[in-house]
Amino acid sequence: MKERNRRLSREFLLKLELHSNPRLLRVVRGVVERLAEVFGFSAPGGRSVTRAVDEALTNIMRHSYRGLPDQPIAMYFRRVRRRAGGADCGLEVQLWDRGIKFDPAKNYVRKSSELRSGGLGLDFIRQAVDAVEYKRVGRTNRLRLVKYLPGHQKPVSQPPKVSRPRVQPRNKGRRMFVDHGFSRDIKSA
Amino acid sequence: MQISVRRVDTATIFDVTGDIDLANSPEVRKALLREVREIRTARVLMNLSEVRYIDSSGVASLVEGLKASRDLGSRFILFGLSGAAREVLQLSRLLKVFEVYDNEESALAS
Repeated sequence: MKERNRRLSREFLLKLELHSNPRLLRVVRGVVERLAEVFGFSAPGGRSVTRAVDEALTNIMRHSYRGLPDQPIAMYFRRVRRRAGGADCGLEVQLWDRGIKFDPAKNYVRKSSELRSGGLGLDFIRQAVDAVEYKRVGRTNRLRLVKYLPGHQKPVSQPPKVSRPRVQPRNKGRRMFVDHGFSRDIKSA
Repeated sequence: MQISVRRVDTATIFDVTGDIDLANSPEVRKALLREVREIRTARVLMNLSEVRYIDSSGVASLVEGLKASRDLGSRFILFGLSGAAREVLQLSRLLKVFEVYDNEESALAS
């Protein structure tokens, strides 16, 4: 268990928490674009990851939360490998929300060139990433997206280890952010 | 995103700048449908040269505009597609469904 937690912690890259406000989509796109770039994706690869995340968030805001702009969404970004110990490395993005159950995999599949305005977002997600998985855990929708780096590319190296300062944080014991309950679930991600 | 309107002869041109996503695609949809359904403009043109990003809700707004214009026998034209706009229309396999021109001159002359 300790080893698993250590591995999860080592592979962890970034966590974002936001409200389901469409005005934040642009902000998240900016963050994901930069992260994909740092991770080692080419410009088109980075655009694919960004589009998949943006469309997934849009679906959560529109369908899972039905347009309510103040509901919690958590996003976890981490490095994953296609096979344990393998060389193929990918960027995993998990999007968690507490809205109504919404399984993109079971939803409408567009036919080619069909003149319909629905289903486009799911189509974009499927085209943009290598894996799309959905599960409902308790009251939480969890959508997992993975985009692998092309075989010849290597991800960025691990950040150097730094020793922790022995200074006690001034806000110890206080909660700096509103925790919507996602945090306690991170170990099971 | 910014959207402005120009009238040239019998055509109406929408110049769109910035990102079209869930935050503002309802505004695009509303403007387009008003022009097509209420004002009954014979030709509605969309200038997408300054669009940096379009999501599925933005494409859906364009599809709504196209469907409304087809229903009423008018024309809905896209021109000056930015790289991002072209890419998303290719991804959605809708590029050939729309009437697309390289620039305003050729769109107006069509």
